[in-house]
Amino acid sequence: MKDLLLIIVPLAGAALAAVWPSDRTRPWLLPVIGAVQVILSFWFLLDPPPIAAGAWFGYDPLARAVLPAVCLLFLLCAAYAVPYLRMRPERSNRVFVASLLAILGLLSAGHQARHLGFLWIATEAVTLAAVPLLHFNGTARAFEATWKYLLVGGTGIALSLLGSFCLGYASLAGGGSGDLTFTTLIAQGPTLSRPWVLAAWVLLLAGYGTKMGLAPMHTWKPDAYGEAPGIVGAMLAGGVTTVAFTAILRVRVVVAAAGSGVVAERTLLVIGLFSMLIAALFLLGTRDFKRMLAYSSVEHMGILAFGAALGPAGAFASLFHVWSNSLTKGALFLSAGNIRRAAGARTVDEVAGMMLLTPRSAVLFVTGMFAVTACPPFGPFFSELRIVRAGFDAGRLGATAFFLGCLLFAFFGLTRLVFAIIDGRPRTASVQTARSFPETASIILPPLVLLGLSLWLGLATPELLQQTWTTAVADLYPTP
Amino acid sequence: MNGPLNLLIGVAMGINLIALGIGRVPSLITAVAIQGIALGVMPFLIEEHVGLLVGSVAVGTIVVKGFVIPTLLRRAMRTANVDREVEPSIGFVPSLLLGAGGTIAAVAFAHTLPLLPEHAGSLLVPGAGACVLTGFVLLIGRSTAISQVCGYLILENGIYLFGLLLIHATPLLVEAGILLDITVGVFVIGIIVDRIQRAFDSLDTRKLTVLRE
Repeated sequence: MKDLLLIIVPLAGAALAAVWPSDRTRPWLLPVIGAVQVILSFWFLLDPPPIAAGAWFGYDPLARAVLPAVCLLFLLCAAYAVPYLRMRPERSNRVFVASLLAILGLLSAGHQARHLGFLWIATEAVTLAAVPLLHFNGTARAFEATWKYLLVGGTGIALSLLGSFCLGYASLAGGGSGDLTFTTLIAQGPTLSRPWVLAAWVLLLAGYGTKMGLAPMHTWKPDAYGEAPGIVGAMLAGGVTTVAFTAILRVRVVVAAAGSGVVAERTLLVIGLFSMLIAALFLLGTRDFKRMLAYSSVEHMGILAFGAALGPAGAFASLFHVWSNSLTKGALFLSAGNIRRAAGARTVDEVAGMMLLTPRSAVLFVTGMFAVTACPPFGPFFSELRIVRAGFDAGRLGATAFFLGCLLFAFFGLTRLVFAIIDGRPRTASVQTARSFPETASIILPPLVLLGLSLWLGLATPELLQQTWTTAVADLYPTP
Repeated sequence: MNGPLNLLIGVAMGINLIALGIGRVPSLITAVAIQGIALGVMPFLIEEHVGLLVGSVAVGTIVVKGFVIPTLLRRAMRTANVDREVEPSIGFVPSLLLGAGGTIAAVAFAHTLPLLPEHAGSLLVPGAGACVLTGFVLLIGRSTAISQVCGYLILENGIYLFGLLLIHATPLLVEAGILLDITVGVFVIGIIVDRIQRAFDSLDTRKLTVLRE
């Protein structure tokens, strides 16, 4: 029952935030609960709580392999949220703080769900809890983005419910009980009805792929990331997408147990590379640096899917990449938020010379850009290197070459945009707005720490984490 | 047991076609509400002895899909002052044809999937397929926000129909969670519809084109 604390603590925090009287002190709940959550997630990582057979929730190997990264990201975003919300005194932060904490609890529930139905409920609830965060800025553009997010995300998640039911029917048609617990479904393995399993896989991949932002279901992402505050973008890109990715990993095990593992891996490979291609093309075309982060996220989701298609070695690399992507993307979103506020605009046509106006954020942004495009010695370099190696080892030479080509184009796209806003002479309008947003330690430290963690992950990947990923991979590829 | 159940599913499939051909938004909401009530009644026809658990989910579905959600939508519609669908992006006749074609395809496709003997004679799978396709046509083809929400609800109804196949296997907690999520979802959509109306002075989603690459 200990593992349920990871769900209960943040949800209780959300309830507390909803009744907390003072707008000024309420944001402090975020880092406090975030810190408790990080401590809990790492404590249970060292001392895993037992999971009862047939349990609906559990801090199982896969949850242990990714949830601590989400908690770390949340803590640093929470630390950033305190000064951020102080800068926005014109808006009540009650709903914002409560929603953010609810998202943490629901993400934790989603990661720990061992039942397809509860996994769906948690993911759908995360989608809904994110809505007030997306339109926090209250502009017409923000409402438009929220509408697209709700419609595309809602339809996607509805498809994954249909997929979950199909998997249940595969069990029924195969003589099983229709129980949607992952362990039962895997145990039923080859007796699952094949056509229903394939229908379920297509629907679940489309549904959770929408949540993850795999192309062509990524259309909500640029709008949502472009309009939402930086913290929200970071939590969506590093947390919400992760829960969808682990959902796909869990379903893949069931599909493989039913004897269709090859089909699952092939579809993951194709959709992963397609996402990377689309992202690279849009990265070369966009002029908005917040939308750029969204396309970069689409690219990294493609990388995760590609890695997951490459067998155990690839899955290990993907779990590693979840960590490096979450931490690095977090740093990028937060520093981009600083630049966006100081510049008062977000396209290369309106923003330039930010190195002179916000030198610290600019340096963080450029460093983060290099980190996220897999320049050594940051985390993404090593995780993507492992994916490339797994690709070659699996004999997928053409696909891996394509993968490297997409990475190169994405690199061109990102550098073009980032240097355009960093370099040159600042615009007059930006010079004025930048004065009212000094770069205090409180808005510089969180992205700096995230970047530091990404660096540490690359230079000295902790033994504990490597062991955790190995255990998770052993779980994802059970030897019959 | 299949007779009355199939009749109700047939009604639901008929409502799909009506929904595709309706131009007035209030009538569309009513159609969706009636479909919701029909769906909520179905568990009583499937089960010989309706237990407390299944009964409460069924009654919950009737209340939520038949009354709560339509009321929320009507309220949003009144504040937004919309009454008619403005120029759908897929016309009424083409969407009707699409819907009819989709229904036929759903019936044909359902035969190719392996069904348990007790489900072989029921229209649950084709009905589910038809609702999902109808939902998609409305989502893509309509331009006012509320009509799109109605499309989403019909799609959701299709999934509910399919879920009835698993009525004995799914724990109540999951059923209740799903129902709760959908209700909150529509509630949230209602709020956003209201905000969009205030921000854009219209519910025509074609005006939502600021964010474009």
